[in-house]
Amino acid sequence: MFAMIRRLGRCVREYKKPAILTVLMIVGEAVIEAIVPFVTADLVNRIETGIEMRQILLLGVLLFGLAFISLAFGGAAGYTSSKASAGFAKNLRHDLFEHIQTFSFANIDKFSSASLVTRMTTDVNHVQMAFMMLTRIAIRAPLMILFSIFMAYKMGGMLATSFVVLIPVLGFGLYWIAKKAMPAFRSVFKKYDKLNESIEENVRAMRVVKGFAREEYEKEKFAVAADDICRDFTRAERIVAFNMPLMQLCVYANMVFVLLVGARMVVTTGGSLLQVGQISAMLTYGMQILMSLMMLSMIFVMLTLSAEAAKRIFEVLDEEPTLRQPDDALFSVADGSIDFENVSFKYSQKAKRAALSGINLHIDSGMTVGILGGTGTGKSTLVQLIPRLYDATEGTVKVGGVDVRHYDLDTLRKAVSMVLQKNELFAGTIRENLLWGNPDATDEEIRQACRIAQADEYISAFPDGYEKMIEQGGTNVSGGQKQRLTIARALLRKPKVLILDDSTSAVDTMTDAKIRQGFRSDLPDTTKIIIAQRISSVQDADLIFVLDDGKIAASGTHDQLMQSSEIYREIYTQQTKGGEE
Amino acid sequence: MGRRRPGSGEKLDFASLGRTLRLLAKFYPVMFPAVVFCILFSSAASAVPALFTQRVISIIKDYYPTQNWAAALPEIWANVRVLVVLYVLSLVSILLYTQLNAVMTQGFLSKLRKTMFSGMQDLPIAYFDQNRHGDIMSHYTNDIDTLRELVSQVIPAVLRSGSIVLVVFVIMVWYSLPLTAIVLVGVIVMMLISGKLGGGSAKYFISNQRAVAATEGYVQEMMAGQKVVKVFSHEAAAQVRFDELNEAQFENAFRAHAYANMLGPIIMNVGNLLYVLIAAVGGAYLLAGLPNPSLSGMALDVSILVAFLNMVKQFTGNINQLTQQVNNLVMSMAGARRVFELMDAEPEQDQGYVTLVNAEIAPDGTITESETRTGKWAWKHPHGDGTLTYTALRGDVRLLGVDFSYVEDKPVLHDVSVYAEPGQKVAFVGATGAGKTTITNLINRFYDIDDGKIRYDGININKIKKKDLRRSLGLVLQETNLFTGTLMENIRYGNLNATDDQCREAARLVGADSFITRLPDGYDTLLTNNGANLSQGQRQLIAIARAAVADPPCLILDEATSSIDTRTEAIVNRGMDQLMKGRTVFVIAHRLSTVRNADVIMVLDHGRIIERGNHEKLLAEEGVYYRLYTGAFELE
Repeated sequence: MFAMIRRLGRCVREYKKPAILTVLMIVGEAVIEAIVPFVTADLVNRIETGIEMRQILLLGVLLFGLAFISLAFGGAAGYTSSKASAGFAKNLRHDLFEHIQTFSFANIDKFSSASLVTRMTTDVNHVQMAFMMLTRIAIRAPLMILFSIFMAYKMGGMLATSFVVLIPVLGFGLYWIAKKAMPAFRSVFKKYDKLNESIEENVRAMRVVKGFAREEYEKEKFAVAADDICRDFTRAERIVAFNMPLMQLCVYANMVFVLLVGARMVVTTGGSLLQVGQISAMLTYGMQILMSLMMLSMIFVMLTLSAEAAKRIFEVLDEEPTLRQPDDALFSVADGSIDFENVSFKYSQKAKRAALSGINLHIDSGMTVGILGGTGTGKSTLVQLIPRLYDATEGTVKVGGVDVRHYDLDTLRKAVSMVLQKNELFAGTIRENLLWGNPDATDEEIRQACRIAQADEYISAFPDGYEKMIEQGGTNVSGGQKQRLTIARALLRKPKVLILDDSTSAVDTMTDAKIRQGFRSDLPDTTKIIIAQRISSVQDADLIFVLDDGKIAASGTHDQLMQSSEIYREIYTQQTKGGEE
Repeated sequence: MGRRRPGSGEKLDFASLGRTLRLLAKFYPVMFPAVVFCILFSSAASAVPALFTQRVISIIKDYYPTQNWAAALPEIWANVRVLVVLYVLSLVSILLYTQLNAVMTQGFLSKLRKTMFSGMQDLPIAYFDQNRHGDIMSHYTNDIDTLRELVSQVIPAVLRSGSIVLVVFVIMVWYSLPLTAIVLVGVIVMMLISGKLGGGSAKYFISNQRAVAATEGYVQEMMAGQKVVKVFSHEAAAQVRFDELNEAQFENAFRAHAYANMLGPIIMNVGNLLYVLIAAVGGAYLLAGLPNPSLSGMALDVSILVAFLNMVKQFTGNINQLTQQVNNLVMSMAGARRVFELMDAEPEQDQGYVTLVNAEIAPDGTITESETRTGKWAWKHPHGDGTLTYTALRGDVRLLGVDFSYVEDKPVLHDVSVYAEPGQKVAFVGATGAGKTTITNLINRFYDIDDGKIRYDGININKIKKKDLRRSLGLVLQETNLFTGTLMENIRYGNLNATDDQCREAARLVGADSFITRLPDGYDTLLTNNGANLSQGQRQLIAIARAAVADPPCLILDEATSSIDTRTEAIVNRGMDQLMKGRTVFVIAHRLSTVRNADVIMVLDHGRIIERGNHEKLLAEEGVYYRLYTGAFELE
């Protein structure tokens, strides 16, 4: 827990000043708040013993001044603590985002994007709240307890012994309740998340539910789960519900004790040991101490819950990027030739099955290469090793005759441009999206890339042309249009190797052919690797690889493969029988 | 638990508050009033000690010059005794209401959840098409959470603070009117300050919400597109943009919280100022011996002043509590309103009275209803004159001149007529938005037609009970939705009465059996997260097996194979072919290989059927279908 706090503390950075100021001012506020009842008691006693007006006014002014200072401290602490906690959260988010940017594909696969978003939003919020609580209440409450006990002893003497008894009783009680309640809550929250997941599942599958007329079945299923949650939740809440009576018990006990014993002290000593004014002050201190204890127990629960959030955040921060920049990196790629030497690949150490095994191949610079195979045969995996999105588990991948691990990463990825199967466009104009490929591209270069990708024509037909806004996820252009945009974006990098991972599946065959035609005439020196479902997309390639179960089952030109490969023939006949769609 | 913050400037919604309280009273007619009573009693009990303090101090004052404790004790004890009794009663009632409230809160939420969920099952598909799933979900998470806060904290706190304020106020007036007046002025000042700061905080909370949404949106986009960021080495640029948004969020969060965080200490210390003021003024009052108008008629003395000072603390503290609870109350009422919106949404209407029954069909064609499953089905049709007729279920579906629009004046289908005879395969082809899925939505009455007729085995489908209609139509969608549970349970979803053997038989029929038995746990494999541990093709096969075990006479396949590669599709298609045998089938596909062996192919364009016929006929016509087939047209 403390190691965690220390680590999180490193994110405070430039907000150390407001953070420290907050603590100082909270201390100041607590001191004054402990003094006020003391002075008030004095005032009351003087009134009681009948001292002149001037002194009363003087004490009044003193008290007023104290309350004002306390107000100033409290208000300012509110300001600085907000600044410090918001700044802390900002730095934490920055660190998270920055670290995620260093992730390799393998790292990204480990976390789902939704879970990364939760860690950067909800979890950071929890930690931020905890930070605010820590700097304010966690400092204030123990101080209040200490000061109040001190002042109480100073003026009440043995009257303050009630605190000595009550504080441990309440403290231990609250601790015990929190200790009992926490695991109960933690497990019920997990169940609660599951329940909500099942609701989401139901909402998403509503067409299936209604299609099979399963409404009643779903209701019954849900009622069982809801009752189960209700039972567990009630059990947890009932434990926490003991907080309040316990607290009140202590308040009441203190009240009765102070009244009885205090009265005895005043009367028996004739007011010399204790005066009437102090009785009221003792009641105030009692209240302050017990309230502070209550606050502490609240924070204790909150911190433990935030610790879970912090743990999830550290999971991300502790994730080591699996790809490292080489020490003496190469900053240029000679040409677009590609070699795989005995390459095998597993997605994780523990994976039983290798996604690729024993791959050997050579591709000349400038060739057009097709890759065919069913889903899960390793096509995407194979090409992702070329720009070093993953590192081969065994063997060597070479681009331009050099092991990819020797290149500077940016240099390599600029030379090997890839259109992913799950391609994303981002919110912004078409031009802005294209500039991802090359931030310095001129208008003419952009248009040229779009012409090759067969996108210029339809973009120009939009009223806003290249300034048309793309919505998040690219939902306002059709699948085929989106694919052609992502191809143009990749072309703008002027790569030595261009990889299309099933990137024309939604494009009609004629346009598809035109795109390939454009590649041939405009990018003669670029190595083009095309993964496709449609045989027509790869039929005219210089070289075709057929993958099966992570291995190269066959390779050659279309004509050779029609002769030699049964899988290829099977795909061919099936597709021509079914039309070329 | 991303909690919605107050500050959208919302006003307290009394209608929702009233309804929530009525619901509470309805669900817990005894417990709810008991809880309220216990809260009121215990808080009144914690407010009255001021009276006893005053008395005890006044006794002390009388006796301490003589130092006669023996004489003072009985008088003091008499007062303290009452106090102790009061405290014990108060403790009992606190114990009671906190335990009861824990039970009541969770019970209430559970009942609410169940009401919401079962109400939701009866909503029309249109509701789910029109509301984003995230928004529907937030009723179950955020909104329910605010209601939990309402019942477990806000209501008790308001009752507590409200009753304490009231009792204390009465006691203050009892003791001294002038001092009470000063307290009231102080409270008004507190209100003004909190109004001012609260307003500033509200303003920044709104802009903060926007800033948070902007950052979250960006993070979502970047996390989803993280691989693209990598491929384009765009990390640095992404970081720059993120830092801009992050900075803006910081500015807004800082200001919004600053106002809110300053409010608490300021209000509390204004309370302290008031305390001091009363002490000073009271002291001056005593010395000067000014008259003290009060309900009790007592003259102001030290015992009253001491008691009064404690009451000032209690009073301002509870006023502070109340103002804070108002914010929470506004927030939970906004949550309650959204919950009620879901509960009040208009359920799907069903005036159907024709039902589907098990039937025995005699050789001469007469149909009799059967109690047991016969494998044969008939429509049971009661008529206005009290007679019953039975029509055999055959799967003959006809659409005649159907018009339809999702939104008024924006027609989606024009004059669509489709004839599907039992056992025929009817395919729909066309661009996205041409109306293919809409037609199937009308057949199973996810939506109702504007004009025209739809007949199922000659019966107007509006007369058929929706559940029975849908039971007779199997459904396989492009997006496979599997449920958390075992593979077997997922197949059985199609027919809850199916035995394990029947489920296995269905899986075998559609060719899913071979991959399932190769899984380590076979049919007991636990599926989670929509079957994430299976491949797309395997998921689709399970969805097909699910439709198979339902054994419907009529099937709707909406892009059922479009996200599967052609080789896997070949396997799935074999399963499909087995499934389709002897059934009326409606197929939607953009892959033309899937539809070419259909009995009739309908080409749709902008809600109209522009071509119809079988594959050979349409190719010969050299129209749109021909161009699609030869790849001259782009679908999607």
